[in-house]
Amino acid sequence: MTTTVEGPPDTAKAPERSAASLVDAVFRAREISIAGVLALLVLGTYLANPLFLSDQGVKDLLLNASILVLLAVGQSAVVVTRNIDLSVGSVVGLSAFACGKFVAGSDHGVLTVMLLGTAIGVVCGLASGALVSFGRVPALVVTLGMLYIIQGIDYWWAQGEQISASDVPEAVLGLGSGSVLGVPYLPLIALVLLAATAYFLRGYRSGRELYAIGSSPEAARLAGIPIRRRVLAAYAFSGAVAGFAGALWLARFGTVVADNAHGWELTVVSAVVVGGVAITGGTGTVWGAALGALLLTTIGSVLVVLKVDSFWQGAITGALLLLAISVDRIVNLRMTAALRKRNARHDHGA
Amino acid sequence: MNQSAPNPAPVLALKGVSKSFGAVRALRDVSLQLFAGEVHALAGENGAGKSTLIKALAGVHRPDGGEVLLDGEPVVFHGPADARDAGIAVIYQEPTLFPDLSVAENIFMGRQPRRSLGRIDRKAVHGATAALMRRLGVDLAPDRPARGLSIADQQIVEIAKALSFDARVLIMDEPTAALTGGETARLFSVVRTLRSEGAAVLFISHRLDEIFELCRRVTTLRDGRWISSELLEELTEDDLVRRMVGRNLDELYPKQDAELGEVALSVHRLTREGVFRDVSFDVRRGEIVALAGLVGAGRTEVAQAVFGVDRADAGEVKVAGTVLRPGSPTAAMDAGLALVPEDRRRRGLVMDMSIERNIGLTGLGEVRRRGLVSRALEHDRAADWAVRLQLKYNRLADTVGVLSGGNQQKVVLAKWLATGPAVLIVDEPTRGIDVGTKAEVHRLLSSLAADGLAVLMISSDLPEVIGMADRVLVMHEGRLVAEIPRESATEESVMAAATGRNERAAA
Repeated sequence: MTTTVEGPPDTAKAPERSAASLVDAVFRAREISIAGVLALLVLGTYLANPLFLSDQGVKDLLLNASILVLLAVGQSAVVVTRNIDLSVGSVVGLSAFACGKFVAGSDHGVLTVMLLGTAIGVVCGLASGALVSFGRVPALVVTLGMLYIIQGIDYWWAQGEQISASDVPEAVLGLGSGSVLGVPYLPLIALVLLAATAYFLRGYRSGRELYAIGSSPEAARLAGIPIRRRVLAAYAFSGAVAGFAGALWLARFGTVVADNAHGWELTVVSAVVVGGVAITGGTGTVWGAALGALLLTTIGSVLVVLKVDSFWQGAITGALLLLAISVDRIVNLRMTAALRKRNARHDHGA
Repeated sequence: MNQSAPNPAPVLALKGVSKSFGAVRALRDVSLQLFAGEVHALAGENGAGKSTLIKALAGVHRPDGGEVLLDGEPVVFHGPADARDAGIAVIYQEPTLFPDLSVAENIFMGRQPRRSLGRIDRKAVHGATAALMRRLGVDLAPDRPARGLSIADQQIVEIAKALSFDARVLIMDEPTAALTGGETARLFSVVRTLRSEGAAVLFISHRLDEIFELCRRVTTLRDGRWISSELLEELTEDDLVRRMVGRNLDELYPKQDAELGEVALSVHRLTREGVFRDVSFDVRRGEIVALAGLVGAGRTEVAQAVFGVDRADAGEVKVAGTVLRPGSPTAAMDAGLALVPEDRRRRGLVMDMSIERNIGLTGLGEVRRRGLVSRALEHDRAADWAVRLQLKYNRLADTVGVLSGGNQQKVVLAKWLATGPAVLIVDEPTRGIDVGTKAEVHRLLSSLAADGLAVLMISSDLPEVIGMADRVLVMHEGRLVAEIPRESATEESVMAAATGRNERAAA
């Protein structure tokens, strides 16, 4: 019993404490390592091309990342419950187009447009969520179906029509291009929503219950957690965020066509998983997911700055994804083994 | 919560409760009364309906007939949350925790103390957990994750959960099944404390000595029916067994003597790191060898490694003298091995497929005509086995899901016996099936052995182990710790070896 190196073996408390801190360390390690990779990436690119960190460069990077970060936050709430929402890309497209139609040639206020986008998203999210939670259809199938349905509605409605920036009121465009103290609105909005969601998931019963559902649905049922209501709410939230992001999309780009954000759903899921939210549910934080989104966006920008063909972006995202999942798996196995060993030591020592 | 003084009315009671699952009648007209300050035992064999009864009390199943009474008033639990709010805590045999969440969160999930604005008061959660652990006299850090906890510690978490909401009724489903002697003693002292604080406890165990040690009254179930409720001090162990079994043991375990032939299966120094180590044994033709041990001792894992489902790290498996290619169930089947797995719903059967197709799965090569599977041949083959095993069914084209547990098990057996195996490995062959079918399965295994089949039987059902086996191998924490011949195998000797109380019993 004297072979332990990690801690003093004389008190029984010691191995327990270090077990807990080990787990803490592992989870923080994920976020710290992504932040580290991100820092290295930015630094390397800056050395190659100093313009990358110019005022405009940083601004563009943050603006580009904002919508993906928002979507990643919404997606995380669904993924921690061991579900997935593949419809988010098409919801952004539909919401952006609907908002564009709504404001074109009118003088509706910014708030009205945002509310409209969010409401469209909530409806879409509730539809997916109801099928998943009450219909008990696998989330992958439901949201894939929703993806095509929403896309279909969007195409049918648009009929190739395009809304251009000149149709969009200045007030709305101002949200996409304006800033306070040099920081654009969009990243600020994303940050506020991110912090609020993180606080909710960590500090509220219903937030913790989402993790519980993803960690063990059976145990959640026995603990009397209203699983279906919580999953429905997670989808409604993800939808709302996607719809809101669609309205921001309009504000940011002004020009809107039917297939905006086409294919984004997979980028969002990748960002979430790279950020440490396990696809099997129960673990991960929205901070991690947001870092994942920031990392993927940064890689895209870096490739542009370094004049690398953009098709490499897909390959790199894929490699990161596989790396992240492998790391999750290995860490998981190692940690379980480590905790078991601590147990064994603890039992024999007692 | 309004009365804690001695109270003549039962805290929780079942009156004439029935519950069916499809064609299976799990409970018929069962009554039970739990009183404050008393530990009540629930006895019965596997499949007698104990688990269903617990789930009816816990709000997991809603009874089809009869009523649940709380403080004498009829109640309907719409879900586990209702039962919990009524002060009923259930500790299942295999605790269901959230592996990713901390011990403290597991205990207080959905009921965390809150601060202003509905925020969880983390300090209070942490402190309350630490206090509960002190009260239980154990040392579990509140912030460590549940992942990797031993079964005993997982149960402690469940008990702490029950304590945290001042449960008035504590239901424990075979809590000691996977515990060592010391852990059992610790659990009992906790239960006694709770009892003296006025809780009503329902205790389920297959170990009779534990029932007599801890409980005051006992209710016995058999085949889903209520048999008796009585004071234990007026009973002997034999009385209780008679009530549980309701028939003679030799009727239930019709072991035939068989001529032992040459070695059919030989396992030599089989090891799978971290799971089991250095396991060696032989099974002869005509012999039934039981592999006993506690849940988690590594028995199922050994069977899976022998059959090649899992790859062993070291050691070898020989069938009729030929070494098997490791990690290949196909090679194992070709050599004449058959494995009837523990979890028949998930691993033994394809639940949505018909009876005939399930039986046909192991012999698609045999029922081939010009390279295609012949439905007619498949049907005939299945019909043949259905008759041989006295399967009760409507049509062979029905999905296996509609059959009772016992008949499902017969389909799994048919599926494997149809391959004409030389060695049959059965993992918990009678778990969750009714007593009648159980005796049929036993008779079948016995006659198969008499015909020269080598049988390796994994079982947690001690009477079954004692009643059926020519030899009992006992595993403890991944090692083979004892080999007990039929003559000296008793529940006590097997249990002693399984809990590691003696390092090597009768050699």
